[in-house]
Amino acid sequence: MNQTKSIMIVGVGGQGTLLASRILGHAIIRQGFDVKVSEVHGMSQRGGSVVTYVRFGDRVDSPTVDLGQADVILSFEQLEAARYLPYLKKGGKVITNTQQIDPMPVITGTAVYPENLIEKMKDCGADVLALDALSLAEEAGSAKAINVVLIGVLSNFMDFDKEVWHASINECVPKKFLEINQKAFDLGASYERG
Amino acid sequence: MKQLMLGNEAVARGLFEAGCGVVSSYPGTPSTEITEEAAKYDEIYCEWAPNEKVAMEVAIGASIGGKRSFCAMKHVGLNVAADPLFTASYTGVNAGFVIAVADDPGMHSSQNEQDSRHYAIASKVPMLEPADSAECKAFAKRAYELSEQFDTPVILRLSTRIAHSQSLIETEPRTELPLKPYEKNPQKYVMMPGMAKKKHPVVEQRIKDLTEYAETCDLNVEIMGDTKIGIIANGPSFQYAREAMGDSASYLKLGMVHPLPVEKIRNFARKVETLYVIEELDDVIERHVRALGIPVHGKDTFPLIGEISQNMVREKLTGEIPDTAVLSEEIPVRPPVMCAGCPHRGLFYTLSKNKVMVSGDIGCYTLGALAPLAAMDTTVCMGASISGLHGFNKARGEESESRSVAVIGDSTFMHSGMTGLANVAYNASNSTVIILDNSITGMTGHQQNPTTGYNIKGDPAAKISLEKVCEAMGIRRVQVVDPYDLKTCDRVLKEELAAKEPSVIISRRPCALLKYVKHNPPFTVVSDKCRGCKSCMKIGCPAISIKNGKAVVDQTLCVGCGLCSSLCAFDAFDKGGDKA
Repeated sequence: MNQTKSIMIVGVGGQGTLLASRILGHAIIRQGFDVKVSEVHGMSQRGGSVVTYVRFGDRVDSPTVDLGQADVILSFEQLEAARYLPYLKKGGKVITNTQQIDPMPVITGTAVYPENLIEKMKDCGADVLALDALSLAEEAGSAKAINVVLIGVLSNFMDFDKEVWHASINECVPKKFLEINQKAFDLGASYERG
Repeated sequence: MKQLMLGNEAVARGLFEAGCGVVSSYPGTPSTEITEEAAKYDEIYCEWAPNEKVAMEVAIGASIGGKRSFCAMKHVGLNVAADPLFTASYTGVNAGFVIAVADDPGMHSSQNEQDSRHYAIASKVPMLEPADSAECKAFAKRAYELSEQFDTPVILRLSTRIAHSQSLIETEPRTELPLKPYEKNPQKYVMMPGMAKKKHPVVEQRIKDLTEYAETCDLNVEIMGDTKIGIIANGPSFQYAREAMGDSASYLKLGMVHPLPVEKIRNFARKVETLYVIEELDDVIERHVRALGIPVHGKDTFPLIGEISQNMVREKLTGEIPDTAVLSEEIPVRPPVMCAGCPHRGLFYTLSKNKVMVSGDIGCYTLGALAPLAAMDTTVCMGASISGLHGFNKARGEESESRSVAVIGDSTFMHSGMTGLANVAYNASNSTVIILDNSITGMTGHQQNPTTGYNIKGDPAAKISLEKVCEAMGIRRVQVVDPYDLKTCDRVLKEELAAKEPSVIISRRPCALLKYVKHNPPFTVVSDKCRGCKSCMKIGCPAISIKNGKAVVDQTLCVGCGLCSSLCAFDAFDKGGDKA
């Protein structure tokens, strides 16, 4: 009934998820779809768990992605991928950076960072692609380019033209960081499962 | 060409296109970006006011002065501005006057979950509610037309999911409007009993006229599909319902949520077998439908609390439950935290160590309530820290005065802390008030305020001295401390708690996220020296963790504030940059 595609971009406040959603949003417009991008600003941004919903199709109604609805979860951090796993559609894909960032309850010792999360997500039936996006970002020239590396990986699972992605990066990234980000995108786009 | 625009940005675009000339607001999530975006248009005069009441009064004055005017606030901001709202309803407008209020169902960034539609009903002004960015822009423009046609303020109600979602809009050019003439008219603008008594019947008639408008206007639209289920919905609820049910239901989408139509609802109800009202928070539409004698389902099916979603609508109306993957693993929560280098941290560590009662307030520092600092006892609303502490001390007496403090940010102090401090001075409680001056309005994303020395455009502006304000109010003991200097913080806190008169401590250091703030190189831990005593863990810094029994500093997060180092008895933290 509803042909809307749903992508969730999840991570930790400050990791640059907003730029990733902006690039994706612009790419979707260039492909001629209706689109909604939804995020929560304010308190959760202070190092908390952050999520952006990106939805596109002929007509998008709800701006949010609900449980069991996401075609792709693009995660900047392992624990966040696991947190939002129930939002993944059956047969949906998880693309996650392997980086681990301890949340405050782990830092203060009241909770433990779960082990082998990637294996556990796979055991749940999720199609998980895990990669060290931080190393690729550093290879591109900046640790901050994790977001664009991940967008590059995501581009392999969406049949948009390559030029569309480059044009969107052009539009969303300040000129002086353009070269690093185009390189980060290419490294992500040419990443192959290890 | 279509553009992807945030709901809030689209409201600002609507103001621009409608020829709005004056905008005054106080920041509040999720409304803040409306005013930030409006400030990017040179054609609109924009400002940050000290609070929402002032902002609304500025906008009322500008409307009377002949320019289309606007103010934006979050739902709790409308509580602060309710006073001018109720009487502006009586005066009406000269040029159009629109108020945007952003509700926060689900409390993503708020202290309560109030439904602002009650204000439209209580103040008897019309309220429009958009359901996407295109409507944000269109309804903002329509609000000005209604304001001038019906001589009334108009409220534009948003909710988090509309304000903070981007969707496609098409921009149009601005309609430049001439300044309307101002004519002295006490019967209209001076609301004292003699004049107000004549105005009240006008207001009642206006609501009747607006109800007729609601019957026929294109803000309230029927979308017919299968007629077994009929859904009346507003704002985001309409989007969730339509996604869940598609053509298998019919809809009456209400873009005007006050006053509500009567015949339009009767007509729609006649066409469908089972009628539902789907609305977030309170049962405002449902009660209206019930009062018409129409059988309807609403809060018997959907919650009064939190957000609605497409899955919820689908499940309640069709019984369908989505198939989801669930990890058996427990996932630790990731609450928001004070940033690495946050100047509030040192002060809250001092409060935590001294085990004082902390009367709290609204801002980033509310995070001081969370573990491990856990140094906050109360948080109610903007400004309540100081007045609440005064009441607490009056109830509990002298012993309490030496063991309790109020904490309030610079922007919150300007917003509504000053009156509380006047009360402390005037009614003499020996309360200790700590102003956390981080030189910015932090939590809402760095807005200027009257103490920062800059205006909304970033241009230099008058800078109010916190010290002088406190002194002028009769506070004789005012001390300034650097929250990175834990020793001095502790000494000054003890001094002021012991003082037998009201006192203010200004904890001053700019927010570590401000662009002009220079950071020191990150600290590292000398593994041999670290005994794993976890003293450094007491400050709740997100950059420090314990790995294999020793402290480790995250080099990408640390800004070199040195708090951890001053807590370490074994000198295990090595200041970056000066390694031998």
